[in-house]
Amino acid sequence: MAAPLYQIPGQTASTAESATTEAAAAGTAVADPLQSARTVEEVLAQSQVSAVMDELDRDLIGLAPVKGRIRDIAALLVIDKLRMNLGLQAQAPSLHMSFIGNPGTGKTTVALRMAQILHRLGYVRKGHLIAVTRDDLVGQYIGHTAPKTKEVLKKAMGGVLFIDEAYYLYRPENERDYGQEAIEILLQVMENQRDDLVVILAGYKDRMDAFFRSNPGMSSRVAHHLDFPDYQPRELEEIAQRMLQSMHYRLSDSAIAAVHEYIPLRMQQAHFANARSIRNALDRARLRQANRLFAQKGRQLTRDELMTIEGEDIRASRVFT
Amino acid sequence: MMTNPVGRITQGQFSYLPELTDAEISLQVQYGLNKGYAWSVEYTDDPHPRNTYWEMFGLPMFELRDAAGVLMEVNNCRKTFPQHYIRLMAFDSTRGVETIVMSFIVNRPEREPGFALVRQETHGRTIRYTVRPYATDRPESERGSR
Ligand SMILES: Nc1ncnc2c1ncn2[C@@H]1O[C@H](COP(=O)(O)OP(=O)(O)O)[C@@H](O)[C@H]1O
Repeated sequence: MAAPLYQIPGQTASTAESATTEAAAAGTAVADPLQSARTVEEVLAQSQVSAVMDELDRDLIGLAPVKGRIRDIAALLVIDKLRMNLGLQAQAPSLHMSFIGNPGTGKTTVALRMAQILHRLGYVRKGHLIAVTRDDLVGQYIGHTAPKTKEVLKKAMGGVLFIDEAYYLYRPENERDYGQEAIEILLQVMENQRDDLVVILAGYKDRMDAFFRSNPGMSSRVAHHLDFPDYQPRELEEIAQRMLQSMHYRLSDSAIAAVHEYIPLRMQQAHFANARSIRNALDRARLRQANRLFAQKGRQLTRDELMTIEGEDIRASRVFT
Repeated sequence: MMTNPVGRITQGQFSYLPELTDAEISLQVQYGLNKGYAWSVEYTDDPHPRNTYWEMFGLPMFELRDAAGVLMEVNNCRKTFPQHYIRLMAFDSTRGVETIVMSFIVNRPEREPGFALVRQETHGRTIRYTVRPYATDRPESERGSR
């Protein structure tokens, strides 16, 4: 008969069995091979964290400082893991982070990868990401906020809670704002349930700085600050190529030239949101390509034509007018 | 004769075992989550076996991934009702099942006074028997404190 998965309390079990129960009781995966790792290589191999890091390097253009910081953090986590295995370190390190940068600089994308890295290294049990804003946490009337915030926290347990534009939680101009209540509940969980949840706060630099200045409790609990720089035009071109590739499109030579001109023009306009603006521009270009092909009703369209975005599809943008 | 000298009520799963620790509760909850069940927390101060519908402590929890979230709610309920019975229930929403598939007690009052056997004499020499929990002797608003 198979050994029972569940051990009855007080029952005398074989040592092997009680060891698994203990491991499980400690909240980690049953029979975690990571716990016996003694070298960096073993941790890397068993956690397969290198695969995620390589993917991050490959899939995300630019972001050199962010990638560097993530490597540093991963190194720290691997070493901490080894220290924990030898009993040199009892408590899990504080892993709450802030991602600071303008819209469309890849904060959400990197947070998803970060959740995977933390999961592979065993710092969060599930590795899912719950992305929220103020509206998901803060209620409309007295007594509404606490249940709302807790609802979100319960869903995020075992994973990463990503709070976009976190500074909207704090409204100094209104001292009875319910955001403060959400902040207090968050702080409590960030402090007491480090093993259960990692919080990432994201937003613009100046407003995040102001937010941390007026919420020292929050500031002291955030261990890692990552700055997301704006992309260079060259990087945005590359991102455009990469996005199209993943959708099985390509740019013709004239389109490449058009994109090259388009990006600096778009960057000077209002509401420029880095990679997100590029994604939106490409969506519109695809629309124009479709319109162009649609007009040629009788003709058989080749695979190449269906894949190619021409210069005119880009140049029709109002950025050029 | 005392059949249940400690007076512990035995309802739902695991109720003949010693109290589950939080770690053990977490394991059960995670098992349910892995099967896609939605957990909910309920409480009552009336342990009568026919008292099937307990008060809900918040709504059933859907879309949770990890047991820590459920345990957070259990601890919330324990803080609010330390001297009540609290149970966890798992709902399986699979089409055609749509019912509670797990249920166990995770908190009980310090003192469980048990049940009185009530005899009712009816027509002829017939006697009807029923049980009445001592816990509900006093009005609801005065229970719990003693
Ligand atoms: N370095 C990059 N390489 C490729 N695509 C990127 C990169 N940075 C951002 N993107 C894309 O840009 C879009 C917006 O990114 P997102 O992570 O949502 O930004 P933020 O959270 O900072 O506003 C996403 O569709 C993402 O795929």
